[in-house]
Amino acid sequence: MLELKNITKAFNGTPVLTGVSLTIADSKTLAVVGPSGAGKTTLLRIISGLDTADSGEFIYNGATTTPAQLRKDGVIGVVFQGFELFPNLSVLENITLAPKLQGTSPQDAKQQAMTLLTQLDLPDQANSYPYALSGGQKQRVAIARALALNPEILLYDEPTSALDPNLRDSVASLIDSVKQQGMTQVVVTHDMAFAEAVADTTYQVQKAGEAQ
Amino acid sequence: MTYIMQILPALLSGLKLTLGLFALTLVGALPLGMVLAVGLVPHVKSIIGRIINWVLTAYVWLFRGTPLLLQLIFVFYGLPLVGIVFDRFNAAAFAFILNYAAYFAEIFRGGFGAIEQGQFEAATVLNLTRWQTLRYVVIPQVLKIVLPSIGNEVINLVKDSSLVYVIGLGDLLRAGNVATSRDVTLVPLVLVGIIYLLLTAIFTFLQRRVEKAFAYYR
Repeated sequence: MLELKNITKAFNGTPVLTGVSLTIADSKTLAVVGPSGAGKTTLLRIISGLDTADSGEFIYNGATTTPAQLRKDGVIGVVFQGFELFPNLSVLENITLAPKLQGTSPQDAKQQAMTLLTQLDLPDQANSYPYALSGGQKQRVAIARALALNPEILLYDEPTSALDPNLRDSVASLIDSVKQQGMTQVVVTHDMAFAEAVADTTYQVQKAGEAQ
Repeated sequence: MTYIMQILPALLSGLKLTLGLFALTLVGALPLGMVLAVGLVPHVKSIIGRIINWVLTAYVWLFRGTPLLLQLIFVFYGLPLVGIVFDRFNAAAFAFILNYAAYFAEIFRGGFGAIEQGQFEAATVLNLTRWQTLRYVVIPQVLKIVLPSIGNEVINLVKDSSLVYVIGLGDLLRAGNVATSRDVTLVPLVLVGIIYLLLTAIFTFLQRRVEKAFAYYR
């Protein structure tokens, strides 16, 4: 369980997050919703350690920590809005790169990647390059890449916004299938209907930076 | 034909020097340019990073802002005044490497700048180290981006190598000049021109091959 307490963040003196407190419960899906510019993505970037909070506390399984430490410990995985697959690497290489560099044997990394690709219905695309994939396929590769490091918490930044609207349901079922494996997930979205479809709990960030 | 066969050994000897300087410059300037480019990217916020950035910017300005001919003269005739003495070939190689590294550094800087921030962030959340990010993600992408510009510079280098006449080195063009003056005919220079064109054709072909090798992704 990850708890955030009184997280604040300002850019050039303009407050973006003012006292965000929330709990990310194990094996649940939390949706962070709110209008554009409310600071949802900033919050996700802070949790993933890409930005730092100005103040606030992070408590993971009862112990105070920092997002940078969580990332170092492999607790957090991120699926970016634009997926950010590495274009110079094949699907398989995208998924196996980090595990191999962190000590997993090439055979084990490949086996795990193929298992993930099979679960995500992409086994035939292992040797394809990202440019040859559809948006939905790229997203699934991005999820596989994040899952390959066995994170405890998987963060999604606007998982529907870079995709065809008719893929929304398939993204929802994808997030649900990852949840069935016991994964804790945080989904940042501006789409309330989507949030209701995927989330166990919802956290609303308001534009003034005041959270509910 | 007999005349051509007579002057060919001298031209080939000049060609050997031209190609030697060409190869040495590429081997020295390409990696140096890439390393310098990392220091030129204005993302380093520490004081030392800023100082390095400032020094490298000044270096690039100096070497791109003055003629290579002047740099050659300075290295061979000027540096001995402060106790640094090179023989002719090493002076040429030193000046060429510093000059071309400045150009390559700017090209690579542009290449690094073209990599989206999201790629670095994706590598960060995957816990890749800075070196791993460069090695596996950034540099392969940068190489593809900079290939056409590097190819241009490589062809410029073939022709720029003729500037070494100024410090008395006998390159291909100088060999042709000597034969032309001695025999009062333009045939040697025509041959020199043909050899330069052949070299350019070969390097253009190689550049296309390398670009093709990088075409497996977009």
